[in-house]
Amino acid sequence: MSADRAAAAVSVPKLATGIAGFDSIAQGGVPQGRSTLIAGTPGSAKTVFAGQFLAAGITGPREPGVLVTCEESPDDLRRNFQAFGWDIARWEQEGYWTFVDASPAIELDAVEAGPYDLGGLIARVKGAVERTGAKRLAIDSLGAIFSRFPDVRQVRWDLFRIAAQMKRLRVTSVMTAERESEYGMVARHGVEEFVADNVVILRNILEAETRRRTVEILKFRGAGHQKGEYPFTILPEGGVVVIPLSAMELTQRSSQVRITSGNEKLDAMCGGGIYRDSIVLVSGATGTGKTLMATEFTSGGLVAGERCLLLAFEESRDQLIRNARGWDVEYEPAEQRGDLLIRCEYPEAAGLEDHLVRIKQAIDTFRPHRVVLDSLTALERVATARGFREFVIGLTSFIKERETAGLFTASTPSLMGGASVTEAHISTLTDSIILLRYVEMGGEVQRGLTVLKMRGAAHEKSIRQFTIDQKGMHIGEPFRGVEGILEGHPNRVIGHVG
Amino acid sequence: MSELILRLYIAGRTPAAERAIRNLERIVAESYGEDAPACAIEVIDILERPQLAEDERILATPVVIKKLPPPVRRVVGDLSEREKVLIGLDLKEY
Repeated sequence: MSADRAAAAVSVPKLATGIAGFDSIAQGGVPQGRSTLIAGTPGSAKTVFAGQFLAAGITGPREPGVLVTCEESPDDLRRNFQAFGWDIARWEQEGYWTFVDASPAIELDAVEAGPYDLGGLIARVKGAVERTGAKRLAIDSLGAIFSRFPDVRQVRWDLFRIAAQMKRLRVTSVMTAERESEYGMVARHGVEEFVADNVVILRNILEAETRRRTVEILKFRGAGHQKGEYPFTILPEGGVVVIPLSAMELTQRSSQVRITSGNEKLDAMCGGGIYRDSIVLVSGATGTGKTLMATEFTSGGLVAGERCLLLAFEESRDQLIRNARGWDVEYEPAEQRGDLLIRCEYPEAAGLEDHLVRIKQAIDTFRPHRVVLDSLTALERVATARGFREFVIGLTSFIKERETAGLFTASTPSLMGGASVTEAHISTLTDSIILLRYVEMGGEVQRGLTVLKMRGAAHEKSIRQFTIDQKGMHIGEPFRGVEGILEGHPNRVIGHVG
Repeated sequence: MSELILRLYIAGRTPAAERAIRNLERIVAESYGEDAPACAIEVIDILERPQLAEDERILATPVVIKKLPPPVRRVVGDLSEREKVLIGLDLKEY
């Protein structure tokens, strides 16, 4: 952090955009007093980004802004932006928001009779900025201007003049531009030639039948930024929300405080409980006891006087309460006390980015000590491999940052052993992994449990059998003289006596 | 004969702006000769009065807007292409 700040001090100063998460990957914001190109394919949320750049300037530092709209009419934008809670009409009255309307209209059609330039637009932009004392300018979009005037070279020169003028006026601007493909040249019409210094790319990628939005800072001349693509989502109440993955990972602390898993025997297997800011993955086939383990983890927290957030994506609230009651755990009194919050959602109800943002909001509002998610596998169904991994990274780092304990469950597809897809994707992201397995021995099916991994601590390596009854999970003795349990092919080892 | 009002918007006294003023004056004079209608050419420099450019939503300059008689017509450029100016401003009927 301090190294970053030192580096930022010698480079171009930044202007915090106020767009959630963006300033984090932009290491402070966009270069101040410069123009930044926001390039993207149709539908990549360029207009929202441009509008939000101004809106966040108004709601945050109360900086007036000017929006040059070249495509949509101010009326359309006022209406569209209303959906994000931005009261454009009021801001216009207060002098914080000004439109320069450059949208096309039939009555403005003109015959061309000789050479001309965009002197009118330049004068209007300058006039609006000077009249209102604007600190921020957005132009949406450059492509719309190019498509109306055939002399590309002249338009390019005029836009360069606008960019240069804004620089003189110390106005920070964003200009949107169209791209034809997600991974190709930066923008059409060669616009990067005049706003080449700073380029941000918005993408809306179709991947395995799922839409994924990402933002990438391609370059900030003379200033640092995070590299690579970061997922973002668009929320009705706030607009663009960027999910800064690696930026968060850097700030994680590590706690040495241990808490109970809700099961004494399991605590013992883990060497005295799990770390307070650690993420436990419980993996097993259907019916092995994952939800029970999640319930005991919740109950253990409630008994210790901790607040728990239960995120359920497979079962309804009633079902969860009934399940818990079957194991002698009562959720409703804890809910009434305000110690427990149960959120049940259909995985399909939203994109993974949206789920993540909602979960984060729930965590920040409820401030739980423990977060239980049952199950990750249900969420994996509605996402791409990469989107899912980003979700898990985003969630784990967010939880750990708040020194909260997390327990996630994941289902394995086969009844006997075998690794799940989920495990393969996220095992490196969680601190501890507990495997629950069916074990077929002597003609009957038993249950086995082992602590596969526990970051930063010694733990028991044996596989113990366990049973489930109305009181919950009972962990028994280790299986002895048997191998191949985890693979689902237990064999009695000759010569070993148990 | 009906009144003719032409407003010529320029962004500073650029060479193109000077040409546009000269060209417009010449075209109007040549088109009507002795029969010229009561004609007013107003030259508006939008660098001095940006709000007027805002009101007319002007992007390109120079631009001449025929306010009267209706319909309202626009022609952009230095007005060096005489035929296009006449067609664009719908002046030939006079």
